[in-house]
Amino acid sequence: MTLAAEGLFWSAGGAAILTDVSLDVRPGEFLGIIGPNGSGKTSLMALLSGIRRPLAGTVRLDGQPLSAHGRQAVARRIAFVEQQAETTERITARQAVELGRTPHLGALTPWSRADDAIVERALEAVDMAHFSGRLWHTLSGGERQRLHIARALAQQAPILLLDEPTNHLDIGHQIGLLQLVREQELTVVAALHDLNHAAMFCDRIAVMQGGRIVALGTPARVLEPERLHDVFGVTVEVERDSAGGCFIRYRRPDPRPAKLKLVAEAR
Amino acid sequence: MTADHPILLRTGAAFAALALLVAALGLGAAVGETAIPLDVVGKTVANRLWQAGHALEPIDEGIIWNYRLSRAVVAACCGSALALSGVILQSLLRNALADPYILGISAGASTGAVGVAILGLGAGMLTLPAGAFLGALVAFGLVAALAVRAGRGTGAIILAGVAGSQLFNALTSFIVTKAANAEQARGIMFWLLGNLSGVRWPDVWLALPVALAGLLVCLWHARALDAFTFGTESAAALGIPVRRVYAVLIAVSALMTAVMVSIVGSIGFVGLVIPHAARMVVGVRHGLLLPASALIGAVFMIAADVLSRIIIPGQVLPIGVITALFGAPAFALILSQRRSAT
Repeated sequence: MTLAAEGLFWSAGGAAILTDVSLDVRPGEFLGIIGPNGSGKTSLMALLSGIRRPLAGTVRLDGQPLSAHGRQAVARRIAFVEQQAETTERITARQAVELGRTPHLGALTPWSRADDAIVERALEAVDMAHFSGRLWHTLSGGERQRLHIARALAQQAPILLLDEPTNHLDIGHQIGLLQLVREQELTVVAALHDLNHAAMFCDRIAVMQGGRIVALGTPARVLEPERLHDVFGVTVEVERDSAGGCFIRYRRPDPRPAKLKLVAEAR
Repeated sequence: MTADHPILLRTGAAFAALALLVAALGLGAAVGETAIPLDVVGKTVANRLWQAGHALEPIDEGIIWNYRLSRAVVAACCGSALALSGVILQSLLRNALADPYILGISAGASTGAVGVAILGLGAGMLTLPAGAFLGALVAFGLVAALAVRAGRGTGAIILAGVAGSQLFNALTSFIVTKAANAEQARGIMFWLLGNLSGVRWPDVWLALPVALAGLLVCLWHARALDAFTFGTESAAALGIPVRRVYAVLIAVSALMTAVMVSIVGSIGFVGLVIPHAARMVVGVRHGLLLPASALIGAVFMIAADVLSRIIIPGQVLPIGVITALFGAPAFALILSQRRSAT
């Protein structure tokens, strides 16, 4: 099961969002995508998942363009968790996860015990089994996010695409969720905000800037102070341990010149 | 979950639903200015369908068969079709306030009908229902085109629908005040508010197949409609061919509405309120919600028709008046409940 992007181009409202993005996702790897706001992470995820078609270039699944597979066939192989999908329906937590079985069920296929078991496992995996009867609008942002992940797990697709999956989560659930995803035998592509999480969990990291991939490689090779300063405009120190791991420490910026201060100091 | 319902329970529920519908049809035929006992209704049906040969008053038999039963069946079809359209539009557009009328379909149908009846459009080739049908399709086409131009957000088609409704309602009023005499204007106003008085069996043969086909198409897409819970992108990620489902279901909903409006005139609030009522009873899953909405819509409309005949003795109220009298307070209730729920 391979996923690859070739020369992707995407624009919105006349502005180029992605320019000539090519990316080979290796089977079984956890590929992180980092980059500042507006660098094109979300658009890239939408194109990789096939919910949007690139204006130029191709996304290939097993060597075939996504469009040649058919939507349902794609959804059986690629599960996608977008940022902040909401509903006003009075749907229960469990029903939200059950939607993940959709690509496996035809119009006349009855719901089966096996589907029930898959949904239960997914709920347990994200630690939400005890909330299965709760209504969606009574759940917190973090609980909803975990249910979105559970829905993607219930989809049982070998490739999992996550767009900022740890938004709204407390630190314990952020790390728990990434660990959970890491433990699955899945190919994962995740847009991540937290550089330390990317360093901890990713096999490879792609760095995006201005709609292009400007670096791609192992965390230790990609996460360099100059590059991070270049891309994110922050000053960091990178500590490396003997096991090849790396940790980012942020430096507080130098004080701004007085004329840039928003509020004049009271005298 | 379907698996939690043993097959017996589901079959039982289906039979109960069917029994409820048959009972409503029976009552629809029995109640009226002259009340006719239910057993006479049953015997009439037996006589007509199976040549049972029960001895009955020919007048009673005639009233039941030629007048009330056809009317009750069309009312049921109309209620089902409008409720189904409401479910589809609310789910696809993800807007609790969407209903067939918001797309401007009924307004267009009214304009088409008035155009035929008063301006004589079609030079006698067009019947009034055919004119309504054409008007509905033209209005829907305009609203859809405007929505596509305005952008793909779920709000766009609602705004376009509001604009379309206003335009076609204004056109209707313009035609009526400019060209109609007092007698015509009164008749048209009556039709515009929804009227089952002229309904006979030929109307059943139009309404029934459309309602049944519409129900089947909707049921076929029940899982797809569920997948729209978290929006179109989420539906696409779950493997739903979003554009095709949109095109098919919105076309079906427009067609059902147009056919029903062309037969009975515009009847408000059914498409809006019945889906919400059904959600309160069976929940949000479309596998249950669609048949439940169709059933509740059918029974509600038969009851509304019965009420419209008996509420003022010797006079038939437009059915749209009844549905709005009950629908508007129900709608207010839904609105206030939504507020307390969020």
